[in-house]
Amino acid sequence: MPRKRYIQAINETLFQEMERDDKVILIGEDVELAIFGDTRGLYERFGPSRIRNTPICEATLTGMAVGMAAAGYRVILHMMFSNFVYTGFDAIANQMTKLRLMTGGQMELPITLIAGYGGGRATAAQHSDSPHPVLMNLGGMNVLMPATPADAKGLLATAVRGRNPSIYLEASGRGGDSGEVPDGEYLVPLGKAAIAREGTDVTIVAIGTMLKPALAAAKKLAEEGISAEVLDPRCLVPLDEEAILASLAKTGRLVVVDEARDRCSAASHIAAIAADRGFADLKAPVKRVAFENVPMAYAPNVEAAYFPSAERIAAAAAGIMTKAKVIS
Amino acid sequence: MNQLANIDTERDRNWLALYENMLLIRRAEERLCAEAQAGTLPGTVHSYIGQEASAVGVCSLLREDDYITSTHRGHGHYLAKGGDLDAMFAEIWGRADGICKGMGGSMHVADVSRGILGANGIVGGGLAISTGAAFGAQLEGKGKIAVCFFGDGAANQGVFMESMNIATAWSLPVIFLCENNGLSEFTVSSQVTGGDLIDRARAFGMFAEQVDGNDVIAVQEVVARAIDHARAGNGPCYVETTTYRIRGHLEAEDLFLGGGRYRTPEEIAAWQTAERDPILRFARRLIEETGLSESDLTAVEEAVAGRVEAAVQFANASGPADVELPRRVTFADQQP
Repeated sequence: MPRKRYIQAINETLFQEMERDDKVILIGEDVELAIFGDTRGLYERFGPSRIRNTPICEATLTGMAVGMAAAGYRVILHMMFSNFVYTGFDAIANQMTKLRLMTGGQMELPITLIAGYGGGRATAAQHSDSPHPVLMNLGGMNVLMPATPADAKGLLATAVRGRNPSIYLEASGRGGDSGEVPDGEYLVPLGKAAIAREGTDVTIVAIGTMLKPALAAAKKLAEEGISAEVLDPRCLVPLDEEAILASLAKTGRLVVVDEARDRCSAASHIAAIAADRGFADLKAPVKRVAFENVPMAYAPNVEAAYFPSAERIAAAAAGIMTKAKVIS
Repeated sequence: MNQLANIDTERDRNWLALYENMLLIRRAEERLCAEAQAGTLPGTVHSYIGQEASAVGVCSLLREDDYITSTHRGHGHYLAKGGDLDAMFAEIWGRADGICKGMGGSMHVADVSRGILGANGIVGGGLAISTGAAFGAQLEGKGKIAVCFFGDGAANQGVFMESMNIATAWSLPVIFLCENNGLSEFTVSSQVTGGDLIDRARAFGMFAEQVDGNDVIAVQEVVARAIDHARAGNGPCYVETTTYRIRGHLEAEDLFLGGGRYRTPEEIAAWQTAERDPILRFARRLIEETGLSESDLTAVEEAVAGRVEAAVQFANASGPADVELPRRVTFADQQP
């Protein structure tokens, strides 16, 4: 299987899906030049009726995506940085995620929002958020967070071909990461987690970009004689609860790692599921390793101090190995 | 209306259809208001009474496959674009046979099969949606257009400027149809609005005209030119129909106002005279300028009353909304 960069896998998938279905239209700010590289070359291949730069007006673009979908198109709206989801949030929250139900199922909304998320590049608080928790809470939108180049391809193709709105959160800081990517048609079903590393003592659920530090933590833990299983949910909506619970049943311990702020995060949601449906399997409290409940700082040393790191993940896992009961 | 033997020209038939459509909206909404006042409806009702000539004048010129987006005051647009009255009432009653199966209610009536992309509970919510639908129509190349009905209140939302900008930049076939009733919910619009709304459209260099929105024929004349402009690929248009809302922002608004008021009874009464009310005005014109008689109009009145009563019966006879529907319908082909 060929190795490809994460951003290259996305780019090739966009070519593939736009070749496959001429109803697929991609719009967004600066998509013709493609500052992230993901839409590069599409304009030259497909021209302005399929891919087009928009004005900087997210509040209108998200609403336009709904109208374009109602007019029969499959819309890919590139929102650049995920913080701009907030600028365009009205039509996401009030129209895109609600109109299918509010019309009694009349409206088809095959819309894929793409946005680069996450910190680690000194972009400060307005260009580094991980907004998946608020999107998960809308209840009418799939939330996809591919961590590997293969999943970047497979999840994007599935989202674009699907019938529902999806947000596809691109790991901004991982664009250069390489991995094996299947050639040709490759679809990853929504709501199917992947086991990134098998283990028996503790389950580490790592969301999106957190897969890399979680795997590094698992390696460190192995050196200490602790066998960590690392699970990548890949999608947060729909969420593969059964896979998480099955892993928990095997290991009896759970650490959830999330780059979002801890309060009402995906990590806290998964911890709640474990407490509710996996209680009998738990040998120790569920631990969350997430960002603190503050915005992200600019200075790299401060940013790093708040970021979930391999060290923090390993410490959290080791902590519930030694303390079987109440933890301070 | 074929039973009316004394209609002998196409114009008279068309005019009578305009009258009947306006009257249907009026009588349907009067019934909704009465039901809302009596507490028999589950949700709120925002009536369009007094503004009927705008929706009917515009929609009478649209193709079935043209798109419209509407407002929270959307019953008139829905009916004028051909939406089914029975299904609308069942929707407002919150029943299974509602046009949206009871999932939307009064503020959200939609019939996508007729290009009615929905009334909308978000003020200004239709602006970007219609702009997007117009982009789709342009890409498709079959001459469809989109009409965005919105009010003077919505014109103060930022998406109005954004939508006009992108529609102009891309020459989209969309008509921004501002129904200026002078009121932004419970606030007089002039108190919260800078400048004249039409100047905002003029700033983009687009087709921009204002018309007496209570004169259905005048509305048709202006909108016909706007439609030709948009359909021919000449870009977006702005048409402002000046009108007035007779009823409150919503039924039983007194409950919200705590004894206060934002307009006078005299002002409301001034818009209900035979000179200003769009339906009374047009009835007089029908008598004066066509071969129709009072008894012909009475026949229309009776036919409309029968349709409204039948719609109430349809709604009341419809079963309760399906409790499982949100779980089944929110997503296509998957569990929520």
